[in-house]
Amino acid sequence: MAYFIQLIVEGLATGSIYGALALAIVLVNRSTGMINFAQGAMAVLATFVAYALTESGTPLLVAIVVAFVFAFLSGAVVERVIVRKFEGGDPDTAVVVTIGLLTLFTGIAAAFFGYEPHPFPSLFPAESIDILGVFISLRSLGTIIVLLLVMVLLQSLFRVTKMGLAMRAVADNPQSASLSGLPVSRLLMIGWGLAAGLGSIAGVLVAPQLFISPSMLDFALVYALAAAILGGLDSPFGAVIAAWTIGIVENLAGAYVSFIGDDLKIAVPFIMVMIVLAVRPQGLFGRKVVVRV
Amino acid sequence: MSLLELDNVGASYGAAPVLHGVSFSVEENDAAGILGANGAGKSTTLRAISGMVTTTGSIRFDGRDITGMRPDKIARLGIAHVPEGRGTLGDLSVRDNLRVGAFQQRDRKTVADDIEYCLDLFPNLRARIGSNASTLSGGEQQMLAIARGIMAKPRLILLDEASLGLAPSTAQNVYATIGRLRSEAGVSMVIVEQNAALAFRVVDHAIVLETGRISLQGPREKLMGMDEVRRAYLGG
Repeated sequence: MAYFIQLIVEGLATGSIYGALALAIVLVNRSTGMINFAQGAMAVLATFVAYALTESGTPLLVAIVVAFVFAFLSGAVVERVIVRKFEGGDPDTAVVVTIGLLTLFTGIAAAFFGYEPHPFPSLFPAESIDILGVFISLRSLGTIIVLLLVMVLLQSLFRVTKMGLAMRAVADNPQSASLSGLPVSRLLMIGWGLAAGLGSIAGVLVAPQLFISPSMLDFALVYALAAAILGGLDSPFGAVIAAWTIGIVENLAGAYVSFIGDDLKIAVPFIMVMIVLAVRPQGLFGRKVVVRV
Repeated sequence: MSLLELDNVGASYGAAPVLHGVSFSVEENDAAGILGANGAGKSTTLRAISGMVTTTGSIRFDGRDITGMRPDKIARLGIAHVPEGRGTLGDLSVRDNLRVGAFQQRDRKTVADDIEYCLDLFPNLRARIGSNASTLSGGEQQMLAIARGIMAKPRLILLDEASLGLAPSTAQNVYATIGRLRSEAGVSMVIVEQNAALAFRVVDHAIVLETGRISLQGPREKLMGMDEVRRAYLGG
């Protein structure tokens, strides 16, 4: 039983990394209707900024804050300079553009830091605590708490603040929003900036385990996409629940279903996505689009 | 000085010109109508004023040249465009749609009072205040679109085909409220309408567009007395 609970907590922790990235994907999709395949690569570049700063002796927390700001600004610039031209256009073109960005950002990271993995310091101590016979690592616990905080902050941004209201309006109908005087282009930049910032959080959370390398988040991105789609693409809450589910199911299936093991467990979330989408095409928490005629 | 002045305005979508040399003006507390058949350039005229199409010529609002300005900047100057097809924010609640309209207002009390005023104008919206705009009926969506425009406390409202797709009684209701709004709030209006009989209930004067050019213009009484207007737009 203790082992089972441990597997669940670890699953939640890995799921939280996917969740942070999935939130970023949902944020971009809600504001511009695009899926940003470069979300992981942008996050890795920001994490490398934190890495370079810690290597030069900057305290980790400061390095992470700087990385977040870097990510926010680079996200905003990417939207303004590159993505702007393709918003509201052909979705296929948008896919190609963001995949292009993925290779661009991976290339930039590799040019500066090489392809070999570097160790990255963790925000949380490596110890575990014993809760009623179950050993839970502080790292897993910390990761889960950070994601919960991020989700609550994001949800309140959208639900409570005037800027959140404006961002929802722009995501819904940019033209109408501009007719009400909303500065649409600035809001889209902020949306991309926030998404990139969220990605950098995923990056610094996962880097201590995986070691930092340009392709560190490639796998995580695939899981995060699965989570975002499973959760319904427009629901931050749904994305996190789906990411947790994926993390847990993957971990349990790998441990308990003998023919799956470590090699095949990567397929588990995708089988889940296929089954869910066959039954509920709008995802677990997505809204069904109802059109009045 | 007129509140709104269009001087020799042209507009095109890509290479296709839609408006040619349109000139007219709207005074403070004035309501102007734009009549014409489908494709005559009525909506494009409104889109030119609110900055949604590329234009030539000159458009001045309150003495200020707004030609080529971004739509959000023009809106912040005090022009509310209620577009054809309503343009409500479907995934947002009725209340949030109204709050978006009031984006420029800083005082919460004023916003709350204005929401109350809108709900008085359009009582149907009161029961639907928490519902998503996409679940409203066509008439309710039109009311919401107008209410969202009012929330911005504009000096000029551009109203595009407010009766389109509505049951005749609903359309009558909507125009009764527009008339009330004019007398109570003293806001100026440019009204595009295919149903000229409805438009003539509110406007003081009108222009008639034919293939992007002004073919007739004048005060309401004069236009209503003209045979060609009666035949083409008033059903005989």
